[in-house]
Order: sequence, then structure tokens, then C-alpha cells
Amino acid sequence: MSWGLEDVRVTRGRKVAIAGVAVPVDPSRITVVVGGDGAGKSTCLQALVGLLQPESGIVRRPAKDRIGYVPATAGLYADLTVSENTDFTADAYRMPGAERDRKAAEILGWIGLAGARRRLGGQLSGGMQRKLAVGLALLHSPELLVLDEPTTGVDPVSRAELWQLISRAAAAGTAVAVATTYVNEAVRAASVVLLEAGKVLASGSPDDILRAVPGAVGSALGAVRPTPQSWRRGPSWRVWAASGGLPDGTQPVQPDFEDAVVVAELAHEPGR
Amino acid sequence: MVFKEFRELRRDRRTMAMMIVLPVVLLVVFGYAANFKVHDIPTIVVGPQARQAAAALHAPTFRVTQLNAAAGESVAQAKLRDGQAVVAVVTGAGGPLVLMDGTQLFSVETAETALARLSPPAGSPPVRVKILYDPDLTTSWVMVPGLAGLILVFIGTLITSLGVVRERQAGTLEQLAVMPLRAWDVIAGKIAPYLMVAVVDLILIIAIGMGVFHVPFAGNVGVFALGAVLFLLVTLGMGVLVSTVSQNQGQAIQLAFMIVLPQVLLSGLIFPVSSMAAGVRWISYVLPLTYFIDISRGVMLKAAPISALWQPLGLLALLAVVVLGLAITRFRRDLAPASRQSPASAPARELAET
Repeated sequence: MSWGLEDVRVTRGRKVAIAGVAVPVDPSRITVVVGGDGAGKSTCLQALVGLLQPESGIVRRPAKDRIGYVPATAGLYADLTVSENTDFTADAYRMPGAERDRKAAEILGWIGLAGARRRLGGQLSGGMQRKLAVGLALLHSPELLVLDEPTTGVDPVSRAELWQLISRAAAAGTAVAVATTYVNEAVRAASVVLLEAGKVLASGSPDDILRAVPGAVGSALGAVRPTPQSWRRGPSWRVWAASGGLPDGTQPVQPDFEDAVVVAELAHEPGR
Repeated sequence: MVFKEFRELRRDRRTMAMMIVLPVVLLVVFGYAANFKVHDIPTIVVGPQARQAAAALHAPTFRVTQLNAAAGESVAQAKLRDGQAVVAVVTGAGGPLVLMDGTQLFSVETAETALARLSPPAGSPPVRVKILYDPDLTTSWVMVPGLAGLILVFIGTLITSLGVVRERQAGTLEQLAVMPLRAWDVIAGKIAPYLMVAVVDLILIIAIGMGVFHVPFAGNVGVFALGAVLFLLVTLGMGVLVSTVSQNQGQAIQLAFMIVLPQVLLSGLIFPVSSMAAGVRWISYVLPLTYFIDISRGVMLKAAPISALWQPLGLLALLAVVVLGLAITRFRRDLAPASRQSPASAPARELAET
């Protein structure tokens, strides 16, 4: 069964948070919702898990006992030990005794906390806390796993470990939706939804999005910004020409996913 | 730096209200409530010369609420015990006997002074005064049952609200809302530990009051427990209500403070409610501590039976239903927004499996 949002519109007060947004979330696949701050990523995920009521559109999700959710905040109880956190989650999902022990041991082993069961959640490092939060969301083997910026503020090693955990869940058949601000994380996904100001700029597989980059992208050197539609990539400039005609002194390059995201934003808002 | 601070302050409307509006409101309210000059002391007069005795009791100190020539001392005592009067004048062959409710310290002292000024007709027998329930007018006897309530308001409202707000700030409230828990399970789960701790607190406070201050416990423990549980449900409900309108712990503390402070002066803990200006007296009647004080002093000092306390017990039960009902409704809205009705003009379809 596939989950997700179809043509969903959510308002917060008088402000339209997202409009006409579709986020497909399929079993065994990872869907990444990528965008800047205020793009509407959290709104999408909150509508998906039922925390927000959409004004219109269709939301497909499994029953509550088959959803795992980690909000953008800690996602665990800082004043409870690691074991007490797993016990509380297992109780909330009414997991039988033998299964909860087996799953807790398995997940704590994956995230390297098997020897830290008595440590308070608040005493763990930021990366460890996020790994434990994702682990807790996986404890009851959910059909739909929804993670709101699980890697924000996490060191690169912990980030890689978190993605291993997420990939492991998808490999086991879970449908996974992840919100992130890190464009490079989107390439790990089977499906990407690029959001900007509550609207979808592009969606599909990373390859689909790359193939759909309009115009031409080039690389230029120099201290001065070559055109208004240029942006810094390391020591050089990336230049996008919507018409396909790059300015003189610009070498054509094959755009990568980060270029594709910037181009999508520029194409959506030319004056940016 | 000064401008920055003012700009921040201007945008924190709740703190601004607390700094500017609250002191004015409190000064006006407390100015009318904090009144050491007691008047309108509820008084009943019984016995064959009731009419003549009542004529001698001058306003504004005394307010004769009942005059019964056929009744005697036992009826007068029952009225005092039930809180229907603070002073009872019993007339008869042996001269007037004035009974006073010792749990109303300021009223008794004012009544004694007023009685001493009365000039009885020559040759008439002297006025005898008998103070009931707290014969030595020991302040701690009267304060401990009320202070127990005040401490519970503080713990119940503040600590409960902080507990819920902490969960919201940590983001775990969002997770609870997604978990397969009913809203009622979450609310009961949040309140129950605080209720248990508050009960332990209450037992400790009463035990210390009895052991250290020698406050008597003359009445029925069951009646006291019933009143205490109803009172705690109101205070815990207020805590949950405060949490639903507070985004952080600072806001919760501010609001809880605004709720606790009026109860110190307006509940009858220090100043008699009957002497307060009518404009602020109504506030006393919506404060749970007012009724808990009636119950705790009634049971502990006067051995009042449940039949004498049905009114404060009933009103506390009503307050518990209203406050907890409001708290649960608002808390449910926090926990289950998706279950709310969507606008009819633009229907959304939520295809959640069951």
C-alpha cells in the first residue's frame, strides 16, 4: 500500500503553508522532501502523520500503530534513560514482552547504544540523541516512518550512521519520508520532492530531476558574478542560462543535483 | 541595548501586561479585598428576647441574618458549625450568651470589641462570650488548613503546567499525538502522578500542622479527603489549562502566578470574604481555594459533617467539571488536530487505515 499526500493544501491561520503539494511515499523506498527554512517541509510531514488537518487534498497513511514519527525536536525523553525510553515507546505501541526486548536489543545494537542503556537521554551527544529517536520510531516496525530533519546539526559520521539506519528500515519494507535542508542527502532517495515557499518546484527520482534541468549550466572563474543567475560553487561560479546560450568564458558542465535544485529555484523565481 | 530591550519587551505582550496592567488590577482588587476593618459579620439571634438583642446589634459591624425566638443554643451552635453565621446571640433566663466562630479570627476580634462597647441596661445580667472551635484564637489553627490549600494550588497549577509545557517544548507532545494513545490516556497519564504527589504533600502538610502546630483534626477524614480530591482536580485542571495557552515554561510560570496570587488575598485565607467590597467579592466565589478553606476549616476545626459542607463540596465539583472539561477539550485539540472538522467548502480526504 502506498502512502502520501496528493494535491494537499494546508493553511496556518491566514497563511497558506503548502498548496497543491504531492508527496508519494511508497514501501521499501525513501522519499526526501528537500527545501530551505519555511519551505513547508515540516507542514507536509505533519499533515502526513495527522498532526495537521489539510484544507483540501488527499492524505493516505496507515493506522497510528503503524506509523513511526520523529519531530524536528529531540524526539525522546531527556530525563529518561535509554532503556526507559524504549520501554515507554514499546508500552505506547503495546508491544509484547519478548518482541520488545528483542527489537530494543537489535536497534540499540545498530545505533551503538547497547552498552548505554542506563544513560539518560539528555546526557547523550546530539548525534546519539537523533539516532536513538529514529531507533525509537523504528521499535514497533512501522509501515510508514516519517522523520523531520533527522540529520540537522549532526556531525558527518553520525549523519552517515543515521542514513544507514534509515536505509535499513527501507530495505525491510518500510515506506520512509524524510525532510532535510541538505541537498546532498536527497540523492540517497528513490524519490525527491523539492519544495519552495509551500509549492513543489520539482519532484521525481534524483535522475528525473537532473534530466529535467532546463537550459544550460556552465562554470566560470573570476571575482565578479558573471550573470544575475550565477552562484558560487567552491572557487568558481556556476552559471545558468535558461535559453541554453552560455555567456563567453563559461565552460558547459553536467549539472549535479545541487545545481539542479538551484536551477529549479531560479526557474521558479527568475528575479531571485 | 536599551532600545533593543524595549523592542523585545514590546513584542512580549504577556510580560508587558504583567508589568503594567497586572499591578494596577492587583492594587485595585487587593485594595478592596485587603480590609482589616471587618463589618457585616453574619449574626443570628435566638431565644425569647431575640428581637430586643437584635436591636442592640448595630450595623455595620453586625448583619443579623436570622432571628428566631423559638430556637436555642443547639440551633445557634449548628449555624456556626455550618458556616451560616460567625456570631450567634442566645437570649434567655441567664442573660445573653454570645457564641463566636473562632475560625474567623478578625471577625471575632471585631465582634468582641463591638460587644464591649455596648452599654447594657442597668441591672441586666452580664453578656457571656464563648468562642468555639479555636477558643484561644490561635492563628496557626486557622491558617494551617487554608495554607495547605494554598500550597496545593501552587503545586497543582504550576508544576502540572510546567510538566505539560516541557513536553511541548521538547516536541514529545507531537510524538504522543502520533502514537496510538487516546487523548484521555495522555491527559490522565500526565495528571495522575501530580495528583498522587499532591495527595502525599497534603498528608505531610496536615501531619506537620497537627504535630508541630497542634492543629486539631476534629472531623471526618473521608469528608476532608473528598473535598481535597475535588480541589486537586480543579487545580490540576487549571495547570493543564495554563499549559495549553503557554508556549514555554516562562509563560506558564507567569500565568500560574496570576492564578495563584489572587487566591492568597481573595479566598478568605486572611480576610473574611463577607467584608470584601461587593465588586471584588464575586471573584472569591469563583476561586476553588475559597471552598477548600470552608471544607478544611469546617472538617478539621468544627467537625462539620458532610451535610453541612454540601455547598462548598458541590461548588468544587462543579468547578472541577468546568475546569477539567475545558482543559481536556483544549488539550485534545493540541493532541488530535486532524480529527477536527475540515471546512465544508474545501473537503480534505484523510484515508487513514484502521
